[in-house]
Amino acid sequence: MTHIYLDHAATTTIRPGALGAMQDAYTTANANASGLHGPARAAKNAMEEARERAAEMLGVARPLDVIFTSGGTEADNLAVVGSALASTRRGVVVSAIEHEAVLRSAQHLQRFGYTTQTAPVDRDASICVDDLVALVGPDTALVSVMAANNEIGTIQPVEQIADAVRSVDPSVAIHTDAVQAFVSEEVTMASTGADLISLAAHKFGGPKGVGLLAVRSGVPLDPVLHGGGQEAGRRSGTYNVAGIVGMVAAMAETVDDRDRFRTEVRTERDDFETVIGELWPDAVVNGADAARLVQHSHIHFPGVLAETLLIRLDQAGLAAAAGSACQSGAVEPSHVLTAMGFDTASAGECVRFTFGWDTAPGSGAEAAKRVVRVLEELA
Amino acid sequence: MRALVAMSGGVDSSVAAALMLEQGYDVVGVTLKQWEGPDGSMPVAGCCTLSDAEDARRVAAQLDIPYYVLDYVEEFTKAVVEPFARGYLEGLTPNPCIECNRNVRFDALLDRTDDLGCDVLVTGHHARIVEDGGTYRLAKAVDGTKDQSYVLHMLDQQALARVKLPVGEMTKVDVRSYAAAMGLRTAAKPDSQDICFVTSGDYRDFLRNTTPEVAAPGAVLDTDGKVVGEHGGTAGFTIGQRKGLGVAVGEPRYVLDIAPKERTITIGSYDDLLVDGCVVTDMRFTDTPPMVGAKVGVKVRYRSEPFDAVIEEVGERWTFAFTERQARPAPGQTLVMYDGDFVLGGGTILPSTDRVTARR
Repeated sequence: MTHIYLDHAATTTIRPGALGAMQDAYTTANANASGLHGPARAAKNAMEEARERAAEMLGVARPLDVIFTSGGTEADNLAVVGSALASTRRGVVVSAIEHEAVLRSAQHLQRFGYTTQTAPVDRDASICVDDLVALVGPDTALVSVMAANNEIGTIQPVEQIADAVRSVDPSVAIHTDAVQAFVSEEVTMASTGADLISLAAHKFGGPKGVGLLAVRSGVPLDPVLHGGGQEAGRRSGTYNVAGIVGMVAAMAETVDDRDRFRTEVRTERDDFETVIGELWPDAVVNGADAARLVQHSHIHFPGVLAETLLIRLDQAGLAAAAGSACQSGAVEPSHVLTAMGFDTASAGECVRFTFGWDTAPGSGAEAAKRVVRVLEELA
Repeated sequence: MRALVAMSGGVDSSVAAALMLEQGYDVVGVTLKQWEGPDGSMPVAGCCTLSDAEDARRVAAQLDIPYYVLDYVEEFTKAVVEPFARGYLEGLTPNPCIECNRNVRFDALLDRTDDLGCDVLVTGHHARIVEDGGTYRLAKAVDGTKDQSYVLHMLDQQALARVKLPVGEMTKVDVRSYAAAMGLRTAAKPDSQDICFVTSGDYRDFLRNTTPEVAAPGAVLDTDGKVVGEHGGTAGFTIGQRKGLGVAVGEPRYVLDIAPKERTITIGSYDDLLVDGCVVTDMRFTDTPPMVGAKVGVKVRYRSEPFDAVIEEVGERWTFAFTERQARPAPGQTLVMYDGDFVLGGGTILPSTDRVTARR
């Protein structure tokens, strides 16, 4: 029995081009890129080439406005905390379904006298633009809304929100966490209208432990990590040259592969949902009426404990996820489902299946049959 | 056949998992997440903590078995933590580990065994299950010094038919040397003593936060009701306690009574402490209950030997007449009935006033 991996929202298979680029970088560009000698220049050069390519792909005018970080969480922390600290204003507006990296950063700011306002979402996990804009006031420093939700996969109207917020007050910084969206949706400064974009390499076939924050030129940002003053003083720490090179190689592959991805991966996802719908009519696809990432399928199985289903699926050779796993690995109730209006019991009956660039043809239907077989055994 | 092994992160359940593999079972390891801090994290110190779950996970990886953490925080809070704090308000000496076994662990895991695709449930308890012509009997462990049959008295026939206790057949020394021979990281890990949801290591600190009434100072009384001293909170005492009373009189004094509402404790001589029976409620049985008039061994504390008692009354409340007078059992603790090495059942000890006054 072949194993089917449908947890690509947790992490993806590394793209061969990214792995090759990293191996090269570890061999030819492994010096500390801040040094003055030849090996350092080679490392610096490899990294700056990567920065230029990333800037081009994201539509960032000045390459130095692509700030490399240790991942999506750090990029979100830097965006939220860094832009709040750089502002004289003391308000942050977020949506209720942001990643914890954004929500906890906003919460952390409250210790320093900042206030957080949270915009609600509808039953499909879509942010209502009017509700969010109504929270923006004269003291709002930052609005942070994700490009697509990491659990349900709903695509958020970031550009509309950015436009609407700017028409109220053009000096509010707009951040979007595009960590989950980048793999299948166009994400650029222009397409999102955001001032700050967070990405994480491992969500699109790159290595773990590296990400970036793209900043619109002139948007003020204070550092969160202090030290040697790398990244023009906005993010200290020795450059992770091979990680950065690997990330940007994965970005390029992802952008080149997006059209195929959006067709073929969507077919697998749709086949999966069709078979589930036929064989298990009780199942409800969450967010089905909203714009969704093509690789996401988030399903409510009424009466079936997600924790049990996931363990049985693991035994049946199918990797999926629910909620977000805490450090111990226990499945916790999801704040996203709570915000969508699920009660605790129903939230505990939802499972996320996410497809990826290397999902094999036919595995959507096969996975659905495995899910149904387990559901029948549990019934 | 597939075995669901409840892994606490200790040496016994590690070895239990290894033994089931040896017996040819497919093994699935689970740890119950029972308690969490305000930020949703598992406690870092004490029993059943994050580091214990990590130990269990690493042992599972070493044995190459799947391992999962199951979320039982809500059930545990309702069935164990809340009654623990409430018990102290009633002057009881609650036994949260037994309550957990009675109302969370086995019920929860037996319910889940089928759903998780398993045939038997395995724990690392030191006790034995003996099949005898279609009847299952729960017996003391081979290692008398580590016997845990007391905490398993609630297992009925249905449960006993599905539960396996492989380490109950071994001495603790053998368990440890087996673990060491297998290179299991838990081989030399000390036995846990703490209450898992008391992260500071002192249950009185926990109560100070949850139930401040029982952590407030009050009077120490003698049997005539005269104030003979002061104490730092009724939760610090259990019936029969001799040390730490803060009262200096000629002969040893023991706690006879705890009255949280009045914030008093009453102390007296050893003779005052002796009673000739007790009343027990919420009885659970391993098989058909014994009858009135039967003489059984009763164990009223985890670490004590059974003594003889005759069953005088059964029903909602069971009354036991001790063959010889005994130091009064602490209400809230568990009385377990034995027939020699075999466990018959047990329940929760009620405040003894009824029985004591009736007999005076």
